[in-house]
Amino acid sequence: MLKFIDEYRDKGLCMDIAEKIRAISKRKIKIMEVCGGHTMAIRKNGIHKIIGENIKLISGPGCPVCVTSIEDIDSILALSRIKGLVICTFGDIFNVPGTKGATLAKQRAQGADVRIVYSAKDVVEFAGSERDKNFVFISIGFETTAPTAAAAILQAAEEDLNNFYILSLNKTMPQALKAILEDNRADIDGLICPGHVSTIAGIDMYNFIVDKLRIPCSVTGFEPTDILTSIYILTELVEKNQAKLVNAYKRAVRKHGNEKALSIMDRVFKASDTQWRGLGNIPGSGLLLKDEYLRFDVLHTFKVDKVASIPENECICGDILRGAKIPSECRLFRNICTPSNPRGACMVSSEGSCAAAYRYGD
Amino acid sequence: MCWSVPGKILDIKKNIATVEISGLKKDVGLDIIDDPKVGEYVIVHAGYAIQKVDEESANFTIDFFKGKHNNA
Amino acid sequence: MSKITLAHGSGGRLTQELIENIFFKHLGNKFLNKNDDSAILPKEVANIAFTTDSFVIKPFFFPGGDIGKLSICGTVNDLAVNGATPKYIGCGFILEEGLDMEDLVKIVESMAHWAKVAGVDIVCGDTKVVEKNSADSIFINTSGIGFLRDGLDLGIGNISVGDRIIVTGNIADHGIALLSKREVFDFESESLSDCAPLNHMLTALTDSVKGIRFMRDATRGGVATTLNEIAKHNNFGIMVEEERVPVSDSARSACELLGLDPMYIANEGKVLIVIDKKSEARALAVLRNNEYGKNAASIGEITQDNPNMVCLRTPLGTTRILGMLTSDPIPRIC
Repeated sequence: MLKFIDEYRDKGLCMDIAEKIRAISKRKIKIMEVCGGHTMAIRKNGIHKIIGENIKLISGPGCPVCVTSIEDIDSILALSRIKGLVICTFGDIFNVPGTKGATLAKQRAQGADVRIVYSAKDVVEFAGSERDKNFVFISIGFETTAPTAAAAILQAAEEDLNNFYILSLNKTMPQALKAILEDNRADIDGLICPGHVSTIAGIDMYNFIVDKLRIPCSVTGFEPTDILTSIYILTELVEKNQAKLVNAYKRAVRKHGNEKALSIMDRVFKASDTQWRGLGNIPGSGLLLKDEYLRFDVLHTFKVDKVASIPENECICGDILRGAKIPSECRLFRNICTPSNPRGACMVSSEGSCAAAYRYGD
Repeated sequence: MCWSVPGKILDIKKNIATVEISGLKKDVGLDIIDDPKVGEYVIVHAGYAIQKVDEESANFTIDFFKGKHNNA
Repeated sequence: MSKITLAHGSGGRLTQELIENIFFKHLGNKFLNKNDDSAILPKEVANIAFTTDSFVIKPFFFPGGDIGKLSICGTVNDLAVNGATPKYIGCGFILEEGLDMEDLVKIVESMAHWAKVAGVDIVCGDTKVVEKNSADSIFINTSGIGFLRDGLDLGIGNISVGDRIIVTGNIADHGIALLSKREVFDFESESLSDCAPLNHMLTALTDSVKGIRFMRDATRGGVATTLNEIAKHNNFGIMVEEERVPVSDSARSACELLGLDPMYIANEGKVLIVIDKKSEARALAVLRNNEYGKNAASIGEITQDNPNMVCLRTPLGTTRILGMLTSDPIPRIC
């Protein structure tokens, strides 16, 4: 029995909640789950199949790998070609192809020193014990992961390491949510808000969605009971034409988030404009190192040539990330665009909407 | 996104906690949470504890339909 | 601590000493001790099963086993799942210059032990030493000869719709045990590799139960991959009941930590058995009576629907595809 996990996987309880959802669901509505983790959990458990015909679950842009621009992937690959620079990355990026089809996996096969790590902390340890090499941590992720990268930088600073770097590809959610929801293409009725992003950043960032856009929001955990309860809460609010913000992940989310993590993030990072694959430039949604810590920015020390990337014309990932279209509406889906040959953002990561739809089928 | 797992703090040495997840033990960083204590449950993400589990609220979704929690 | 040097592979005195003092000393038997260029084996009246496998695992000592144990059990099991009684093993060693002699001795001792448990003789062998960095410490190849037992006719062609699928115990232990020792994933796990010789268990099974259609051991790529291999070129589908698949809490917690799916994690001592529905209960009883089959479970069935595909029924009653592995399962953070 896995504590704080298995309790929320109770089959009977889940089927019961699903039945209650079907009982109150009268109108055709669209609920967006922002977070890739929710997409995976929904697809893996088949939650979208037991909530009735009226509720359509739409996947949003909360998959950090999916929204990493192809130019950034190319930068990572370019870094992997630098002798003496060890690339340390989460497994998620390992097989993501750049413009010319190269991947970190292929680079490693050709002799590049690429290491899959579980934590930024591991990279600090490498740098501390292998002083003859330079280490760069490929920092992807949203507010959940950014503080861990910040903590690693502070640790590297304390240990006076001159061979530890990061490539900051971290992004923050509020601006992306604004961009997607204020664009009317998606026509979303309710929002399953990210769980662990909220653990760090708190829940006030969703106020504008409720107050201004009148879309009900439920901050949600990742287990089947969590997701089903949130879907019930949102459906009920939509049926009653009420817009409220509900914290349905109280065990992990406090109203003001994790203030210590936020202050560490603020100490190390500043907001910047950044490209989201499929969505374009979203101002203020990126994180760059503050001047005091610029020495840890790999691009400050190592030069990387920009590769001109070729846009995939028929890819409709932008519409899919906004929730305006679904994978099966894309001409490329399944025939040209597959997990082993991804053409766009939604297929590159296993939790992207297209990858999840492909993998789990229907 | 943000794949995390809850575990119990068994031991704390300086800034590192040994966390247990049903028999599995892993050392994680405590750099980004305040005042962690042995015996408490934390959410572990990417090698760090990112928040304490609020055990009092743990049953929110389980008990939701038993009328124990409000819709706010 | 003494180490393997290139001289140990030269064929001269040191090679002979290596063979006598390590290989013959621990693995010796009437066949091997003759030290002829080939082992001459007694006549048998039965179909011969013959297999080969190479073992390059790292780390070569892992929780629950080592490369030596693996090299015996892997080949024994490949014979056993085809209904053959394993009898003779040949082994080739490629040793990297600089390998600790003590490690080699431990590995060979392990091979001797598990060969005895499995009831097989190592009847011939070979050793080469290569320069530093030309091999990863130690590679072992084992080939195995077994003899098909009377009346057994196992093959994918025997499978028909309605047959049940049994797995002989908890899945994912081997892969998790190895991961726990890999550099940065460094965690302390209760998972031990399930590497084990399964031939006695499978002989007991085929001796007492009719209606076994096909058996295959689920190794790399996990149970999901092996099931996909079975479904691939055939006109049936497979439906797995997720709730029935046995996974230990220990393996589950590692999968939860690292974002892995146990269905795709490697095993070394698990067999998938496709069996006539009528024989299912008896087969489970026989397996559970054996130390390596205690957690045997019936996990699914052969279906008419969705030919060539493996589907999974979730605890919520929904179904999804359990596809082929596209690349090594990599722990994820997102």
